[in-house]
Amino acid sequence: MEVCGSPAVTLREFGCEQSLLSRPDGSASFIQGDTSVLAAAYGPAEVKVSKEIYDRATLDVLIQPKVGLPSVRERAQEQCVRETCEASLLLSLHPRSSLTLILQLIHDDGSILSCFLNAACMALMDAGLPMSFLFCGVTCAIDVDGQIITDPTAAQEKESRAVMTFAIDSKEHKVMMSSTKGSFSVNELQQCVAVSQKASEKIFQFYRDSVKRRYSKIL
Amino acid sequence: MSSALRDRTGEVLLPGDEFSFDTDDTISLTGPVKPEKVVCGPGLRRSGDRLLVCKSGVLRHKPPNMFWMDSQQRRYVPAKGETIIGIVTVKSGDVFKVDFGGSEQASLSYLAFEGATKRNRPNVQVGDLVFSQFLLANQDMEPELVCVDSSGRANGMGVFGGGGLLFTVSLGLVRRLLTPHSEILSDLKQLFPCELVMGMNGRLWVKSCSLQQTLVISNLLQSCDTMTAQQRRELFRRVAQGAL
Repeated sequence: MEVCGSPAVTLREFGCEQSLLSRPDGSASFIQGDTSVLAAAYGPAEVKVSKEIYDRATLDVLIQPKVGLPSVRERAQEQCVRETCEASLLLSLHPRSSLTLILQLIHDDGSILSCFLNAACMALMDAGLPMSFLFCGVTCAIDVDGQIITDPTAAQEKESRAVMTFAIDSKEHKVMMSSTKGSFSVNELQQCVAVSQKASEKIFQFYRDSVKRRYSKIL
Repeated sequence: MSSALRDRTGEVLLPGDEFSFDTDDTISLTGPVKPEKVVCGPGLRRSGDRLLVCKSGVLRHKPPNMFWMDSQQRRYVPAKGETIIGIVTVKSGDVFKVDFGGSEQASLSYLAFEGATKRNRPNVQVGDLVFSQFLLANQDMEPELVCVDSSGRANGMGVFGGGGLLFTVSLGLVRRLLTPHSEILSDLKQLFPCELVMGMNGRLWVKSCSLQQTLVISNLLQSCDTMTAQQRRELFRRVAQGAL
C-alpha cells in the first residue's frame, strides 16, 4: 500500500523540567501532550562486584508503570532505552561504576517509548554524565488510509495499522534504535524514518532552549 | 579554532557540539604559522582533530588558552590534588577506608599524617571526619588520599569535627565559595562567627557558637544553591535583622 501525500510534521506540545527531585544526581520530567514521564539518574556510584565491568560503567534502566509491578512489556522497553543510552554515554570514563536510570510513567496517552527516551536524555544531561551526543525519540503511526501521523495519541495508535518508534542521534541524525509494531511496506518504513529525522530537529531545538532557560539564572 | 571557542564563551552548549581544528581561510605569509594550543578542562574532550562538548553547561574561558564547561552537578568524581571531606568507614591494619561520596571508597594510609611513624600512630576512629587531598585519582585505580602535603606538613588537613554539622550541597556552590573573593562567604562573615570546612566533594562542615546558629548557617548555605544573587542578599538581610 502506498503512503499518499506529503506528511506534515506536527508534534504535540512539549514540556520539560530538570533538577526537580532533590535526591537523585539528575532528574527530569518530560511531557508530550498528555503523556508524562519522570526520570531520575544516579551515578557514577558503587556497583555490586557481580555486576561490575572492568573497563566501562554498568547501566541499569528501570521502568515503573503507573499501576502494578513491571512486567515483560516494561522489560522490552527498558532494553530499547538501555541500548540507546549505552551508545551515547561515554561509559569508558567510569569503569567499575554503576549508572542507574529510573523512569516512572505518570500518564500514558500514546508515544510512550519516545517520551521515555526524551526524559532519559534530559535526566542524563542533568546528572552531568559525559555523553558524546544527545538522542531523542520519535513515534510514527500509519493509519488505515496510509497517512503518517507523528507523535500519535493513544486513540490514534489504537486505530493505526502500524506504530514505530525511532531513536535519532543529534550529530548525524541517524537511527540508533527502532521498535515497530504492525504491518507496513519497506517504502513506508523509509518515509517514516525521514519524517522522524525531520521531527527530531524540532526536539533537539527544544532541548537547547530548555537547557538555556535552566542556566539563565547563573549566566 | 580558539577564536571560534572565544566567540562562544558564555554560551550554553550541549553534548554533541563540536569545534574543529580547521585552519583559517587566510594564512599569514609574513609571520610564522604557529599551531595554537588549547587546554581543555572538564566537559570538553579532544577526539582526533576536533574538540567535543560532552557535558551541558556554560563555556568558560581563562586567558590565554584554557577552556572548560561550567555545569551544575551533584555527584563527585575524584581528581588529583582536590581537598575533600571524607568519613572513615573501615580501619584495617595499616590502611583506612574513607567514604567521600564517589563510586568507590578511597584508601588513606596511617603514615600519611603529620608526625606519624610506625610507633606513633594517629588517633583516627571509624566514623571520624578527615579533611584530606587526593594523591592518586584516576578512573582505573582505587583513589588514594593523604593528610600531608608534599613537604610533610599537615597544612590544615587531618581529623576534625567535634560539635559541628556535616551537610551536602552541589559541587558548583562549593566552587563558588572557594573563589578568592566569594560574595557568599563575605555576606556570611557579617552574620555569625563560625568555623567552616569546605570539601570539594560537595560536603560542608559548619560549627558556630550555638546549635541554633549552626542550623541557621547550614540552611542558608543549602538554599543558596538555587537562588540568584539578589534573592540571596535579601535572605541574608532578613536573617541579619533577627528573623531568629
